[in-house]
Amino acid sequence: MQGTGKTSVAFEPDTAAGAVLAGTAKAVGSGRHKRFLLGLAGFIFTLAFTFLGLLAITFFIGRVVPIDPVLAVVGDRAPKAVYEAARIELGLDKPLIVQFFNYIGSVLRGDLGMSVSTGKLVADDLKRVFPATLEMATIGIIIGVLLGVPMGVYAASRQGSLVDQAIRVVGLLGYAVPAFWLGLVGLALFYAQLKWVGGPGRVDIFYDGLVQPVTGLILIDSLIAGERDIFFNALWHLALPASVLGFFSLAYIARMTRSFMLDQMAQEYVTTARVKGVPERLVIWRHAFRPILVPLITVIGLSYAGLLEGSVMIETIFSWPGIGNYLTTALLNADMNAVLGATLVIGAVFIGINKLSDVLYRVLDPRAR
Amino acid sequence: MAASLRAWLVDDSPSSRLQARLGRAWRIAGALSRNPLAVVGTVIILALVLTAIFAPLLATHDPLKQDLTQRLLAPSAANWMGTDELGRDIWSRVVYGARITLVIVTMVAVLAAPAGLIIGALAGYFGGWPDRILMGITDIFLSLPKLILALALVAALGPGIENAVIAIAITTWPGYARIARAETLTFKNSEFISAIRLQGASSLRVVLGHVLPLCTSSMIVRVTLDMAGIILTAAGLGFIGLGAQPPLPEWGAMIARGRSFILDQWWVATMPGFAIIVVSLGFCFLGDGLRDVLDPKSGEQH
Repeated sequence: MQGTGKTSVAFEPDTAAGAVLAGTAKAVGSGRHKRFLLGLAGFIFTLAFTFLGLLAITFFIGRVVPIDPVLAVVGDRAPKAVYEAARIELGLDKPLIVQFFNYIGSVLRGDLGMSVSTGKLVADDLKRVFPATLEMATIGIIIGVLLGVPMGVYAASRQGSLVDQAIRVVGLLGYAVPAFWLGLVGLALFYAQLKWVGGPGRVDIFYDGLVQPVTGLILIDSLIAGERDIFFNALWHLALPASVLGFFSLAYIARMTRSFMLDQMAQEYVTTARVKGVPERLVIWRHAFRPILVPLITVIGLSYAGLLEGSVMIETIFSWPGIGNYLTTALLNADMNAVLGATLVIGAVFIGINKLSDVLYRVLDPRAR
Repeated sequence: MAASLRAWLVDDSPSSRLQARLGRAWRIAGALSRNPLAVVGTVIILALVLTAIFAPLLATHDPLKQDLTQRLLAPSAANWMGTDELGRDIWSRVVYGARITLVIVTMVAVLAAPAGLIIGALAGYFGGWPDRILMGITDIFLSLPKLILALALVAALGPGIENAVIAIAITTWPGYARIARAETLTFKNSEFISAIRLQGASSLRVVLGHVLPLCTSSMIVRVTLDMAGIILTAAGLGFIGLGAQPPLPEWGAMIARGRSFILDQWWVATMPGFAIIVVSLGFCFLGDGLRDVLDPKSGEQH
């Protein structure tokens, strides 16, 4: 399979955590129940440890910034006494480790500070923008799975053929094409020239704000409100950005599926099935494909997490009011609370999906138990 | 003459270290040349390096010279890739941009690979608590989204090429640390390492002189495969406006400038994108080929 080297980066944290889990489980190893509980404890421990690491990194980045947080509050013409008072009020006179614990405390309470550019609480801002990103990434992963898996299986079943080569190149393009460039070219071609899809934004301007947000997912909200026109308009606008994300997920999923399938088809039981005279289609879908479902779940999980991250690059292009747009706007305004808050949320979701697909793998694959 | 040189290179019992090394290089080059994609990759990377070196000869215009009477011209015989909104020749800017890209990927590789190599080798060689602490940190970095981390780091450090390189290197080293650790574990208890230790070599000497050199081939494969990702991240930072600053002809930043004209003057944003794709694909092809030759156990057997 091409490009395994890179994809394995994403796997490594999981295998590492897995090794730890397997180790603790094996060491005690008496009784299924106990092992399960220990595994669960180990899992929660690594998850907590990783989250703590994420917090440490955002805290550290927040401290490195050359912007003085006190000046941001009092302004640079404040007298020294006011400055000192504000410094003490912000807790910046305390030792770093105390500040770190204070930071963890406030994050756990959901307090991510105030955004300088929007003038609102970062936590509220993030709650408002996150559904838009989630909606785009979810449609993207659906496209990726529906196209990527059959492509990978087909390529493996016709190994070396022209179609196989073409699918391999598509897979590699997923590593070589900048997402923001593909978004721009897509806009120029499919929106401006061909008019197949809607332009930037989640809906046309005259539909904007007509639907009462319930879930924040405009496809679902418009259905709840019974607005069919808005639903189709939103779908029309979603088509291009979701397809761009879907392309990257498709490339990755097709490549991994192909490689898993080739591994299976080299197995002796597949040869046995063929010798028995099982039709090739059944050999592929029943014998070779079923065992790869479990590792595929991990791949799909990783790809989904990757799309949430990838949306950061393309949301500005599509004026998509999601977390990526929020983050890039904050970056350009040096709005550190918003930057760190968005980093924290994307990081936490990324870690969560990663570890969850790892657990699913462990639960579903009898060999990994 | 050529035949005897060849015989000397492929000699099964080389009489000097130089002969052994050259012979190995010869065999690797031979194996690579039988892989068509690897050849394409090598040609692309060579072209990138040559373009960067000979940029003044290849460029038809001054990449920074503005000429508002010549703005937003379509590709033509005079301006092969057209001109941008300030009348600068896009072909010349793409050519000079090769220098920036090459500097970025080289700097990231030079910073991240040795750091990861040393951390991983130390963790693997000593085991125990050093291993747990180092790998704990490595795993945290590995499970974070790289791009977001790089963005937040550059936001803190400030925009610019140097800071972009530092941020990308910070997100890249953990992968190398994992490889180096895994490789070290496979060698750690082998007899030749025991022999060196019995001769009284210090741990530092064993790690630096005997463990690290054995990790290099898998490291080279991995770094080459990572190059595409590094280029995309650097271009992404440039696109957002946090990487190379104007008027530098960085490819990502050039795409960002062409954004406003994408509907009518498509070439402004599209052309630098092609450069990114070609170079990234080149590294992918070469990395794949190198892996098949240098590190066959980690790649596909098919």
